[in-house]
Amino acid sequence: MTSGEPLLSSSDPLSAPPPNPLSRISSLGCLCPNASFSSSIFEDTPNDLFDVNEGENLFSAVDKALREGNLEYCSPLKSSFCSAESQILQQFPLKCPPQDRKRMVSWGGSMELQQNSLAFGISGGSSHDPENKSQRIRHKSMQIDDNLSHEENPRLIYVNDPRTTNDKYEFTGNEIRTSKYTLINFLPKNLFIQFHRVAYLYFLAIAALNQLPPLAVFGRTVSLFPLLFVLCVTAIKDGYEDWRRHRSDQNENNREALVLQSGKFQFKKWKKIWAGEVVKICADDTIPCDMVLLGTSDPSGIAYIQTMNLDGESNLKTRYARQETTSMVFEGGTVSGLIRCEQPNRNIYEFTANMEMKGKRFPLSQSNIILRGCQLKNTEWVVGVVVYAGQETKAMLNSAMSPSKRSRLESYMNRETLWLSVFLFTMCLVVALGMGLWLQCHKDRLDSLPYYRKTYFGGRSAGKSYKFYGIPMETFFSFLSSIIVFQIMIPISLYITMELVRLGQSYFMIGDKHMYDSSTDSRFQCRSLNINEDLGQIRYVFSDKTGTLTENKMEFRKASVHGKNYGSSVLMSDTSQDTNITVSRTAAPVGKNRWKLKSEVPVDSELMAFLRKELAGDERIAAHEFFLTLTTCNTVIPILTRSLSSSCMDSEFYEDAEAVDYQGESPDEQALVAAASAYGYTLFERTSGHVVIDVNGEKLRFPNDSVKVLVKGADTSILSILKRDAAEDGHIRHATQSHLNEYSSEGLRTLVIASRDLTDAELEEWQCMYEDASTSLTDRSIKLCQTAALIECNLQLIGATGIEDKLQEGVPEAIESLRQAGIKVWVLTGDKQETAISIGLSCKLLTSNMQQIIINGTSEEECRNLLSDAKAKYGVRTSSCRNWNLKWKRNAESHYLEIPNDTKLSNVPMGFSEKEEGTMSTELALIIDGNSLVYILEKDLESELFDLATSCKVVLCCRVAPLQKAGIVDLIKSRTDDMTLAIGDGANDVSMIQMADVGVGICGQEGRQAVMASDFAMGQFRFLKRLLLVHGHWNYQRVGYLVLYNFYRNAVFVLMLFWYILSTAFSTTSALTDWSSVFYSVIYTSVPTIVVGILDKDLSHKTLLEYPKLYGAGHRQESYNMYLFWITMIDTLWQSLVLFYIPVFTYRESTIDIWSMGSLWTISVVILVNMHLAMDIQRWLLLTHAAVWGSIIITYACVVVLDSIPRFPNYGTIYHLAKSPTYWLSILLIICLALLPRFIFKVLHQTFWPSDIQIAREAEILRKRPNHVQSKPDQSSS
Amino acid sequence: MMNSNATSSSSGVAGSTEISTPRRNSKRPKYSKFTQQELPACKPILTPGWVISAFMLVSIVFIPIGVASLFASRDVVEIVDRYETACIPPASKSHKVEYIQSSEDKTCNRTLRVLKRMKQPIYVYYQLDNFYQNHRRYVKSRSDEQLKYVRSENDTSACKPEDNNGLSIVPCGLIAWSLFNDTYSFSRNNQQLTVNKKGISWKSDREHKFGEKVYPKNFQNGKLIGGAHLNSSIPLSEQEDLIVWMRTAALPTFRKLYGKIEVDLQENELIQVAVENNYNTYSFNGKKKLVLSTTTWLGGKNDFLGIAYLTVGGLSFFLSMAFTVVYLAKPRRLGDSSYLSWNRNPGGH
Repeated sequence: MTSGEPLLSSSDPLSAPPPNPLSRISSLGCLCPNASFSSSIFEDTPNDLFDVNEGENLFSAVDKALREGNLEYCSPLKSSFCSAESQILQQFPLKCPPQDRKRMVSWGGSMELQQNSLAFGISGGSSHDPENKSQRIRHKSMQIDDNLSHEENPRLIYVNDPRTTNDKYEFTGNEIRTSKYTLINFLPKNLFIQFHRVAYLYFLAIAALNQLPPLAVFGRTVSLFPLLFVLCVTAIKDGYEDWRRHRSDQNENNREALVLQSGKFQFKKWKKIWAGEVVKICADDTIPCDMVLLGTSDPSGIAYIQTMNLDGESNLKTRYARQETTSMVFEGGTVSGLIRCEQPNRNIYEFTANMEMKGKRFPLSQSNIILRGCQLKNTEWVVGVVVYAGQETKAMLNSAMSPSKRSRLESYMNRETLWLSVFLFTMCLVVALGMGLWLQCHKDRLDSLPYYRKTYFGGRSAGKSYKFYGIPMETFFSFLSSIIVFQIMIPISLYITMELVRLGQSYFMIGDKHMYDSSTDSRFQCRSLNINEDLGQIRYVFSDKTGTLTENKMEFRKASVHGKNYGSSVLMSDTSQDTNITVSRTAAPVGKNRWKLKSEVPVDSELMAFLRKELAGDERIAAHEFFLTLTTCNTVIPILTRSLSSSCMDSEFYEDAEAVDYQGESPDEQALVAAASAYGYTLFERTSGHVVIDVNGEKLRFPNDSVKVLVKGADTSILSILKRDAAEDGHIRHATQSHLNEYSSEGLRTLVIASRDLTDAELEEWQCMYEDASTSLTDRSIKLCQTAALIECNLQLIGATGIEDKLQEGVPEAIESLRQAGIKVWVLTGDKQETAISIGLSCKLLTSNMQQIIINGTSEEECRNLLSDAKAKYGVRTSSCRNWNLKWKRNAESHYLEIPNDTKLSNVPMGFSEKEEGTMSTELALIIDGNSLVYILEKDLESELFDLATSCKVVLCCRVAPLQKAGIVDLIKSRTDDMTLAIGDGANDVSMIQMADVGVGICGQEGRQAVMASDFAMGQFRFLKRLLLVHGHWNYQRVGYLVLYNFYRNAVFVLMLFWYILSTAFSTTSALTDWSSVFYSVIYTSVPTIVVGILDKDLSHKTLLEYPKLYGAGHRQESYNMYLFWITMIDTLWQSLVLFYIPVFTYRESTIDIWSMGSLWTISVVILVNMHLAMDIQRWLLLTHAAVWGSIIITYACVVVLDSIPRFPNYGTIYHLAKSPTYWLSILLIICLALLPRFIFKVLHQTFWPSDIQIAREAEILRKRPNHVQSKPDQSSS
Repeated sequence: MMNSNATSSSSGVAGSTEISTPRRNSKRPKYSKFTQQELPACKPILTPGWVISAFMLVSIVFIPIGVASLFASRDVVEIVDRYETACIPPASKSHKVEYIQSSEDKTCNRTLRVLKRMKQPIYVYYQLDNFYQNHRRYVKSRSDEQLKYVRSENDTSACKPEDNNGLSIVPCGLIAWSLFNDTYSFSRNNQQLTVNKKGISWKSDREHKFGEKVYPKNFQNGKLIGGAHLNSSIPLSEQEDLIVWMRTAALPTFRKLYGKIEVDLQENELIQVAVENNYNTYSFNGKKKLVLSTTTWLGGKNDFLGIAYLTVGGLSFFLSMAFTVVYLAKPRRLGDSSYLSWNRNPGGH
């Protein structure tokens, strides 16, 4: 998933059918217990059907929207088919694979239980002939075989026969290895991996060049040192990490599980488990490998698992053992059989297999498999057969990191690195040409010059030339050797430094207590280490709504029953407590069982009272059915617990009260069930065959003898299939519709509820058709759809519900801050237009004085017209003008410019400006729906949309499909240079997250896909403000400075060498000792940069949060741009000249020797670059002091050590130098003179052109003085 | 509503899920000033006061140093005599190289006038010009092992092409081979002035770099003689001229210490120098100079440091004045929000 593949691949659906078990029977409301019905369903084995939309609305459990969501997602090919209905997409947060798969799970499971129904002995009808049944089953398995045979080679697992299983195929054992190396292969493998990096290859090439005799500039060992150093550091780091992985692997591998060995379950270490073995898992144990369930402690074969470790969802999921095997396990027999399953893959939501047992074949699906890493809950034990073990388990296959992105600043940096290469090349050329010319001039004297001898004079090789290959070759060699000398001009070490710095920055981001979400106990996570600084330059934020802006904790707020609105008058927050108490009081006398909800639901007293009335009259019946639907028509599992927590006061009342907790996949459904419970309709038992609810103490058991279709779904889909005759209905419909509008304008999520009575004849007829459809081999999904349509018609409207999706804490504030910071927040949601707008209003995205442009065309032409109308009306210019303007903006880069569209508008040339100015007084908001986007994004209207959208302050896209989200991100990304950030929490946001420059995942209710795909993950939306405004700003400032400083640091050193080489007859001599040259960037100056890169802060987080506009520094690229680069380079040139010429003039015509001079230069350059850094440090910590001054001290120490080794020609130098005052005076002069221009420049800049950051910084530091305390907040929000 | 994320703790099912809850330690970041980046820190800003006093400080420090350096430099008395052309007999002016390579007597007499009283010790230097002692080929052409240890006598691979001529050369390499061999003898009023040639090299070099038991061997035996011969009965550690020479100079113009005259020289005294002009600098048009100089705490005569310090100090003083004026004339209140970019161009947002 992390690789960016869609979860459900759009591969040929028939060859790899997603096991979408359908059987909505579990959600079936009041259905007759007709045996024929159940048995007929029984025939329909859930797994092999490709029936995403089969009978969704049928027995109603299903919101239509969901189905369409599925369809859309599963088969993009069908998008045209779906698009007509796709407006409802995302009405629910759960629309993508994870959700529909969850659904499948429970339903598929319930299917298995059909035998139970049979066992009840209620039979009748036609299709319970065993012969017939098995035939049909066989028929189906054939089909599965076909499917499987499409795959190259299915995996064969012989149940309880690991020997045979592992005989033929090389399945891995259950030993997992997350470690990369072993002791033996560590060195070669690690080296191999390391040399994949360009930087190391550069080092290697330089070192190799240096090994050539004519080029040996440095000593051979010395030249290898940098390479060896980095290699060692990285190897040690890798080795340590790997050792830790080894340890955790070992812990994991040595855990024990019960494995069936010679007829008995015995403990066996995890790592010794083989595919094919039968394993028994007890409650709360972690599952050691992917297993197919054979039986559970429950006779019906149900098991509950928690998949927290796998997808982060905490609710329980049901898994089922096949009836065929369950019974055998239960009877104590051993199961043997053959499982054919697909090859291991990383899709945790899919499993296709079949099992052959005693000549029978039956299919296995996702609902029959439990995966490694999950925990068994609420089930005493399960027995299963291992199908995938160890590395091949889905959990292991999914543990890859997300693909890495490269930061914007880094790509700019590469551009500047190119410039540095040009400098390097020029310098080498100068040296080479100089060398050539010099040789040419001295051609005749080369043998008589005392300092240049090209031939041997004595000994055996007299007369031969010595290291002289002719002038052209010498010139060329001189070019190469100057490359070696100047190698650090290309700051390769910068890449390593940056990695370390980002690591440190991540450490602080992760550790930030302000970004810790206590409700989910989740820290901030940095999943990508390459783009920290991009956080400081974000211009567009694309946000999902549900679960991102909102909590995705649904609360039932309002209901419209039979055209009457309830819940509008109640002030929920205030009265919830009271009403709750009244509920319990009133409910108390009714029956023995009182249901205590784990959470409290506010109720509308009017409706409550109404429900107490006799069950008579249309309206009352409608209310009854309304709540019945809420209670039954879902997949929620009630979990009963003896209440221990009831308070003393109530203890007598609640003597045997039970607490009920609802576990479900859909928060909407949970909310509805909980609400129904509060109104007295408590769901307390749900098995695959029946549903038991408690209506005010009276137990109702379904199916009972009436046949009814209960449907809940999105308004657009339900309203179109309502009965359209009665006038009275028309009235209700009207009322309901107006309520719906009202609800959605308040930001509530709406569902419509309808029902229909069915006669037995109708039911039977439908059942036949359904069976045909569900077993058909071709076009099954379409047929099922048609079948569903048969029964889902002429529905009677009962009412509607309004569920509030609460806004997350701090969202409006965060959005407001982001907006002030010049970041455009676009919301891309699957909600309806009204809901989207209302959410937009409530989170302050939209304000009432904004001009709303609404684009919701239903054809290309309409969209085009709407777009051009809007553009004409609001005077948006076309892209050509924009480009011109952009250029203009670039030219004026150094000036302070506001967000581009504002600039654009205020700075347009005469011709345009008049019109613009008038129109731009109002802010624009663009609201566009997914339908229109289909037309726009696929056609040539993209640029029009872009023009319009970028002129608007706010853009809201509603009813967008996941891929459209990515499309919109791409629209911006491909047309501007601006950085984009996408934030979302669900699988539907994955494509968007991966498309954007920075992807942020919210660890929310909807699983971990978004997090897995993201670069950063956090618990709440509001942390985004801190992430961008504070950490983004800091990281950007730090890394920007770090890069410039590193360029400078290396360039000043190289230039210094260069000047010296010019006065050595171009002979690439370095006055510095070899070791000092090598240590310079590794030891002498590296630590302070890293420390400053991690710890320096220009402004405190308080200031940054207080003035979001300071974020604009990142937009204006204030800390890293071409201008700064060139300024830095000019400064570098000056400093290198000072560095070189002060000693030269000081020691002109003196006895100074080359090593003393070199020593002076070494020390000077180190002190200089450290002082330069010290001048720019904005926050001096103890650590910073230690790093900066420590570096200088370490340099001295190194120099002293190097000068104390008699073998070196520089022996004793420093001792002599230190005695001479001239030496110290030169250093002082060099430092002061070299830094003087920079200091003056800095002072002038700060005096006359202070930057925002500078002012804010002054204000922050001087705040203690009363007269500086300003009413700044007021002004800044202007 | 039913989001039972480890919040409730009742019995049964829910209870079982929660057994692990207390065990799982919270991921709440540990609070410390370090992790929250709130360590006490010094945050310097450039207030006008700081700027002005920084410049003042620089000028206060630099100007006296500059003055002192300049005085020190002026105190140094230096006599420089360029002799490489003057010491060629007029007849040989056109073919200097042949002259210098011939074996005739190349003694040449020079007279120096002492301009100012020179206190002892007076250092005698020779100065060469256009001699690239820092050429890479030259610098590398030595064997430090060989100079120190007898056993490393044959360790001459670094010395090519001057490593052996049949036998290993000690000391090998271009540097030793090209040892300077002009000699000077000084006399005053026909009275010999002794030049002390002891202690002209670094003590550390004598003691640790050049072996006491290493004697010159097979030196200057080739066809081409590069420079001075060495007395093969004196160990290298006492061959101070060689030791001085082997500290290769940093720049193409350099001085090397020849010896010390340990008597005072009076003003207007005339010093006769007999120069044995042996060293061939003619092949690369190098100049040769004889220098007599006294020293001060700062070293030899060099006004550069003093001038540079005075200049920087003066500039700083000027800048501090200039900034004072600027801050007085056009003060910008620090941290004044009206300078913020979004407040300055109100049309912007």
